[in-house]
Amino acid sequence: MSTTIIYTIVSLVSLGLLFSVVLYFVAQKFKVEEDPRVDIVESLLPGANCGGCGMAGCRAFAEALVQAPAIGSLFCPVGGDAVMEKVAASLGKEAVKTEPKVAVIKCHGTLDNRPKTNHFDGYASCKGMAALYSGDTGCRYGCLGKGDCVNVCLFDAIHIDERRGIVEVDEEKCVACGACVKACPKSIIELRPKGPKNRRVYVSCSSLDKGAIARKVCSVSCIGCGKCVKACPFDAITLENNLAYIDPAKCKLCRKCVDECPTKAIWAVNFPIKVPVAPKQEAGQSSVMNNES
Amino acid sequence: MARLLVSGAPHLHVKESTQSLMRDVLIALTPSLLVSIYFFGFSAIKLVLVGVISSVFVEYVIQKFILKTKVTINDYSAAVTGCLLALNLPPSSPWWLVFIGAIVAIGIVKMTFGGLGQNIFNPALVGRVFLLISFPTLMTDWSIPESWFRSGVDAFTGATPLAITKEGLSAGLTLPEIFAANEFTFKEMIFVKIGGSVGEVSALALILGFVYLLIRKVIRPHIPLVIVGTIAVMTWIFNLINPDIYTGPLFNIFTGGVLLGAIFMATDYVTSPMSVKGMVIYAFGIGVITVLIRYFGAYPEGVSFAILIMNMTVPLLNKYCKPKRYAKEVKNG
Amino acid sequence: MKLTFSIGGIHPQENKLSRDAHIETFPVLDVAYISMAQHLGSPAEPVVQKGDKVKVGQVIGKPTGFISGFVHSSVSGTVTAVEPKGDLAGNPVMHVVIAVEGDEWCEEIDRSKDIVREIPFSSEDILEKIKNAGVVGLGGAAFPTHIKLNPPKDKKAEWLIINGTECEPYITSDDRIMRERPDEIVIGAAIMMKALKVEKCYIGIEDNKPEAITSMTKAASHYPQIKVVSLKKKYPQGGEKQLIEALTGRRVPSLALPIEVGAVVHNVGTALAVYEAVQKNKPLIDSIITVTGTCVPHQRNFIVRVGTPFSKMLDAIGGLPKDAAKLVCGGPMMGKAVANLEASTLKAVSSLLLLTEAETKRKEESNCIRCAKCTEACPMGLEPYLLNKLSRIGGLYDELEQEKVHDCIECGCCLYSCPAHIPLLDIIRVSKAEVLTIMRNRSLKK
Repeated sequence: MSTTIIYTIVSLVSLGLLFSVVLYFVAQKFKVEEDPRVDIVESLLPGANCGGCGMAGCRAFAEALVQAPAIGSLFCPVGGDAVMEKVAASLGKEAVKTEPKVAVIKCHGTLDNRPKTNHFDGYASCKGMAALYSGDTGCRYGCLGKGDCVNVCLFDAIHIDERRGIVEVDEEKCVACGACVKACPKSIIELRPKGPKNRRVYVSCSSLDKGAIARKVCSVSCIGCGKCVKACPFDAITLENNLAYIDPAKCKLCRKCVDECPTKAIWAVNFPIKVPVAPKQEAGQSSVMNNES
Repeated sequence: MARLLVSGAPHLHVKESTQSLMRDVLIALTPSLLVSIYFFGFSAIKLVLVGVISSVFVEYVIQKFILKTKVTINDYSAAVTGCLLALNLPPSSPWWLVFIGAIVAIGIVKMTFGGLGQNIFNPALVGRVFLLISFPTLMTDWSIPESWFRSGVDAFTGATPLAITKEGLSAGLTLPEIFAANEFTFKEMIFVKIGGSVGEVSALALILGFVYLLIRKVIRPHIPLVIVGTIAVMTWIFNLINPDIYTGPLFNIFTGGVLLGAIFMATDYVTSPMSVKGMVIYAFGIGVITVLIRYFGAYPEGVSFAILIMNMTVPLLNKYCKPKRYAKEVKNG
Repeated sequence: MKLTFSIGGIHPQENKLSRDAHIETFPVLDVAYISMAQHLGSPAEPVVQKGDKVKVGQVIGKPTGFISGFVHSSVSGTVTAVEPKGDLAGNPVMHVVIAVEGDEWCEEIDRSKDIVREIPFSSEDILEKIKNAGVVGLGGAAFPTHIKLNPPKDKKAEWLIINGTECEPYITSDDRIMRERPDEIVIGAAIMMKALKVEKCYIGIEDNKPEAITSMTKAASHYPQIKVVSLKKKYPQGGEKQLIEALTGRRVPSLALPIEVGAVVHNVGTALAVYEAVQKNKPLIDSIITVTGTCVPHQRNFIVRVGTPFSKMLDAIGGLPKDAAKLVCGGPMMGKAVANLEASTLKAVSSLLLLTEAETKRKEESNCIRCAKCTEACPMGLEPYLLNKLSRIGGLYDELEQEKVHDCIECGCCLYSCPAHIPLLDIIRVSKAEVLTIMRNRSLKK
């Protein structure tokens, strides 16, 4: 019995030794020369491999960072400025400050606001549905609610609210990698600066339909009336193809446009709830996005 | 305006479903089941019932309480597995043997791979082989329990013809001597043969099931025909070389689990290849391995092992045996 | 043995309920909404303005680009608007809206029923006439016919194949015209043969239409070069590639056109339109439409002016039946579901099919059981289960290309035959489009 054990141990050990020697030489022979800084940089990155930087993954991004003469526009949206500073320090390059962003959905066509006109019966994919027809509501620009964006999100930051039939971004989790922006066939997701104290104002509609049509199919659509453009004291709002757009760089968050919008298509997010000063004002209804119905 | 449905083409759908296909397999098994109930009486009913109920139960428990996914026991696939498992056991098996087999078949072979459609091996066969290796005496105890058909007859050891020949050959006898000592008639083998698993009793009943499956277009004929053909040709050649040692084609086809295996086990959708070319190679492999095990292996019977071995090649066969494409060459640009 | 194609195919229930209903003339309505996207390729550009008076057969849209075509007014009256309106999928398309006044036709159109057999025109004249009449393929794809009849100079056409298979269940419009107007179809085929300068012509008809085979054989007896062939019924026999294989035994290579193997395929409806365009100077302004479905009380075949709203056509059968769950424009296997009932008929609409929920509602998807029924059914010899799996993983475009997803003809056999109710074609269609885009970009780079 003991001879068997000894025999087994000896033979396995010698096999192990033999293979390790072979492996050593093979590894030497096929060794790839690499900049050691790439490993260091990669270890600093979040390692989500989301592709938000535009590269194939964190490793590719690390290589690009090492090779680039200056950091410039290279940016990791997941890690944000904190990570980029560390990376810059380790590479001895100058850090570039970038404003943190978040994805916003430019559609608020919930089931209540935008009634269904037909019943989609195919495979639940926005891409396939968009290729097939205009969508199961009267609006052909809005959210299809089949969750292509949800499927590509690596951070569990975007969800479909089944009850209301629309997608919502969890801004705590969103890192603005832009995967959902690319996945959306209707191009209704935009990366906007988070804004001071996460406060931002934007037009939550993508409809290019004329006002009368847009309003008929969805009660919270932008009808292109231009009232917000006139109301804005900073020239931050432009109107093109029946759709208003608020330039985040110019917007000072005064919220004049929010009150002015007749369809409540402009959203002001994360502001404290307004206490109605004058009795005739009907504001406050749309000031906090997270807990409105 | 009424809300119409909208979807991509096609707008029609075949009436078949997973459920109806599995139900057809169960129907195709009925003739064999009836024959074995006739011969083995209550023990056949008991084995099949325990097999079906425990398979469905194990699947339910796993899906409901462990995986917490949707319970899919009403697609009948677990029932088919349980039924096939029971049909592959000796008639004298105790009920707990079937239960263990069902746990292995459903719990280990099917559910750990992700449930229906994901498993590599045929669950019922792994269940059977597991039992064969773990409980060799019980699994080769071919004594026939008391039944309505032969009640009162002395205890009858219905050892399988394959086992008898194998023992005889290893004892140094030649085939003619073995055949002379044991009267197996071909008529008995084709219609009914006592000795063997629950489902192997009647070749005719199995063929009836096969015809039903073909008519209902549940399976394609390639796999069963190629398996039987390969075994026939191979054993015919061996038999010509030395009739004293190597049994002939008729004996090999109608004994043991060849028909049960070829018709019901090897044609399992999940674990058989998708293209005709793949099916032919797969079935040919099963035939060859079966004959090799029967002639040269330690076990008298090799169909289960042959099918499981060829199950392993299925992913490879699917990768390299493509169906006949319509468009052959690709135009540049 | 009867001819058919060799790979795959399915046998859905025929349900040719309207096969014995004569073609009736659908009345001209008050307003016609004529789409400028009547054909594959770029839409036509309207050449009329609000307030213009138009006659039946007058050009109201001119082609923009190589693959495009003329659009003619199907009614006489006053143009009340030129504006985008939703097509059957709800996407806006430029329409010319005409308020109907009387029924005044352009003078050059010969409206007599006499059959004109002489073809005094040259090949070039024929092509010009077909182009000016705005004839498009009426098999479903609506590809402009004059382009298909004018193959590249380096390719030689050997056969003209006239597709009278009508392999889709339910539809009977082709069956009816083959029974009611066989001579005109055969002359149309002869005209196309002259345009293509080919000596051989097959008219393929499936054997579930014996009356059509008889009448067409009789009509073709005047023309020794035209042969009517009875084909064994199998879907998708009417697929261009399948029909060519069934009749000539040749297979069209991947991504190539039928002309690569010397065949040009046209639908029987197109042959009729060509006859009318060349011999009668009548542009394509009407379409033969089957209105059918198990829930429809009276099965009808209509000849309808282009631009009639679907909702008005449904009114003719007594409105949308109660148990109708889906309206399909075209056949049940490849037709488009209608999302917008206010859309209007096009040249290439062959059927309005009403399906009940029991017939058409997709069932809940379950696990793939690898039964290979999709592989068995696929007429292109692809493996739909595999394409589905690869597509769902996402991003595996090289693998999808290797598995020839671009060969898919979207016939729907896979989805039809899947017992696990997996929406195979829905998924494959998306990845096919993506792979084709990638392949096109790559060949552009070269």
